[in-house]
Amino acid sequence: MQNKKKKRLVMRISILAVLLAAVSYTIYSSVVGEERNLVKAGDQAPDFELTDLNGDVHRLSDYEGKGVFLNFWGTWCKPCEKEMPYMENQYQKFADQGVEIIAVNVGESQYKVSNFANKYNLTFPVVRDEHKDVMDAYSIGPLPTTLLISPEGEVTQVITGEMSEEMIASYMESIKPES
Amino acid sequence: MNELVCKCGHVNKEGSELCLQCGRTLTEQAEQRKTSDVMRYEGMARRSQTYKRSVIDRIWNFFSSVKVGVWLIVITLVASAIGTIFPQELFIPRNIDPAAYYEDRYGLAGKIYYVLGFHNLYGSWWYMLLIAAIGTSIIIASLDRGVPLYKALKNQRVERHGSFLKRQRIYSEYVTDRPVEKLEEIGAGLEKKKYKIRKENNHLLAEKGRFSRWGPYVNHTGLIIFLIGAMLRFVPGMYVDEQLWIREGETLNIPGTDQQYFLENKGFTLETYNEGQDSDVFDATLQRVGPVAKNFQTDAVLYKREEGDIAGSANREMEPLFEQPIQVNIPLKFDGFALYQTDYIENEFHTMSFTLENKETEESFGQFTVDLFNPEQDGLYDLGNGYQVEMMGLYPDFSGFEDGEPQSASPLPNNPAFLFKMITPDKPDGEVAFIGIQQNLEPLGENEYALSFSGLETRDVSGLTVRKDLTLWILALGGAIFMIGVVQGAYWNHRRVWLKAGEDGKLYVAGHTNKNWFGLKKDLSASFEGTDLAIPEDHQELKDSKGTAKEEQERGTTGQHQ
Repeated sequence: MQNKKKKRLVMRISILAVLLAAVSYTIYSSVVGEERNLVKAGDQAPDFELTDLNGDVHRLSDYEGKGVFLNFWGTWCKPCEKEMPYMENQYQKFADQGVEIIAVNVGESQYKVSNFANKYNLTFPVVRDEHKDVMDAYSIGPLPTTLLISPEGEVTQVITGEMSEEMIASYMESIKPES
Repeated sequence: MNELVCKCGHVNKEGSELCLQCGRTLTEQAEQRKTSDVMRYEGMARRSQTYKRSVIDRIWNFFSSVKVGVWLIVITLVASAIGTIFPQELFIPRNIDPAAYYEDRYGLAGKIYYVLGFHNLYGSWWYMLLIAAIGTSIIIASLDRGVPLYKALKNQRVERHGSFLKRQRIYSEYVTDRPVEKLEEIGAGLEKKKYKIRKENNHLLAEKGRFSRWGPYVNHTGLIIFLIGAMLRFVPGMYVDEQLWIREGETLNIPGTDQQYFLENKGFTLETYNEGQDSDVFDATLQRVGPVAKNFQTDAVLYKREEGDIAGSANREMEPLFEQPIQVNIPLKFDGFALYQTDYIENEFHTMSFTLENKETEESFGQFTVDLFNPEQDGLYDLGNGYQVEMMGLYPDFSGFEDGEPQSASPLPNNPAFLFKMITPDKPDGEVAFIGIQQNLEPLGENEYALSFSGLETRDVSGLTVRKDLTLWILALGGAIFMIGVVQGAYWNHRRVWLKAGEDGKLYVAGHTNKNWFGLKKDLSASFEGTDLAIPEDHQELKDSKGTAKEEQERGTTGQHQ
């Protein structure tokens, strides 16, 4: 009899555990929702190949060994515009320390993008994701979104929204390769 | 643990109402309860009702309760209904803050609706928790009842105690000189009616349609499979529901395919019914309501990218797989995906043309065209003879000035505006003009030259829904099993007749069915034919018609029930 009772308890616990696991998974998935599909910290950064305003092709995997500050932006996006000069300032400081900035414009014309780059005298590579392929590969939602990629090619952080100059500096510091 | 020892000597589990062996009632309470209630689960102990020791047992008992299950369903129904009062967040305009939208549009009620989270009800965690609780309740309540019921029916005895028979709704005793013979006769009659007959020591059990008792459990199994299917939609790769907006001439990657598949839009067509061209029967309607859409179609080409190719514009050389027009209800299908024609935007601005003129003489010095999506890289438009226009700024979605600078709210050409510098032989430094829709400014003073709008090219944007659903067959399977369970329980009944040729020379007959007592009585009347015995009485009916029962007795039409 004692044995039977134990068996029943084990049975009930396992059924309830399976139900609880299924329910928690479902609710977790639905609450996290779309974000689940995003490229997130810890993921290997998807490789891409895009052309900059001078016609040079940039491939992410070529930057292995360097930290990459990958910024997705658009000319119409105010916060993007605001952080561009900050990025330019910090680029001047970090470029020779092995941190690269790649600014990916999402779907705009060469005219608009180069006008913008000229206006702010941007010296880091500004590439155009003409068909939003890379944006999709990184499942970028709102702009601006910035990904910090370690010298090993791993995404260490995803930042959505505007950044201050101090933030940019500390982010770039965080992906500096050890020398 | 208390055991219930029946008079017949059988040891029954705690909580049992009827003895599994002989059918005697075991407790005072069981004695008092209605026979139909006791018989629902064959008088078996519902285990949950008996052990209340650990937390696990308490949780188990909570979900096992039908009362709890009914309340969960009621709460879910009420919540679901409330969710339909105002539109869900999904269906309100995209660009408005929902918090403001509900309050502005629906007042205080809207605000409450939003604050309580009804604007996103069906995906909210608490709604899902309710559904999950119902699922849990279904599983546990079914296990708790189905298993004992199955055991009871599997092990049921032919011999039943007289008190069990007497309690049944259909019951009669007959005084006859050959009870065993009569028992055989009635048994043969029931066998003809497709009853399964078991005999033991002058007792007989005739049973038919037992499987209908499994109906609710089969039904619940279907429901659980359905819920599992719905749950699987959250597993990556099982379910995709995305929107793809694609302009004529564009080739874009298809969302949800992990950059594997690309689609080209070779053209979008919206056809309408025309008087004269289409059948005459449409004419009257067309005159009354105006144009009616006949066809929405995207001529699409599907591409697959080579395995291992990387994302980006440099790598877009792809082999087309096939070409197919996508129409409403005729999706383009590939690799488990389907692309449906669901939306469109007609006549999005694509290019705009301008003519350079002298304001006074109205003399024209040539025309140029600006592709809004891909203007000249340097913004220079040479008109020859020393006339040139430099586009200093392009604002596809002009939204006003900020610090004297024109702004664009988005990259979409909803409201294009331009800042041009007109360079002419007599004005080599150029004159600046700001041109927008219904807006012409000369920010740097009066100009001699002007640009006039002289042409517009538009194209259509096709809205496609990308859908992949690997859970459909599970939902269909669950639905089918659900229906089988309903049919099983609804169109068949579990009928049983107990016969006992007593040592006292009497014949006892009792009948029970879970529903459709009329059918049982019909079976009985057929099998009683030729036995000289009256059909057993239905005591429910007798009770219902107390008044008339007396008359019947006087007329002597009833049997010998005491």
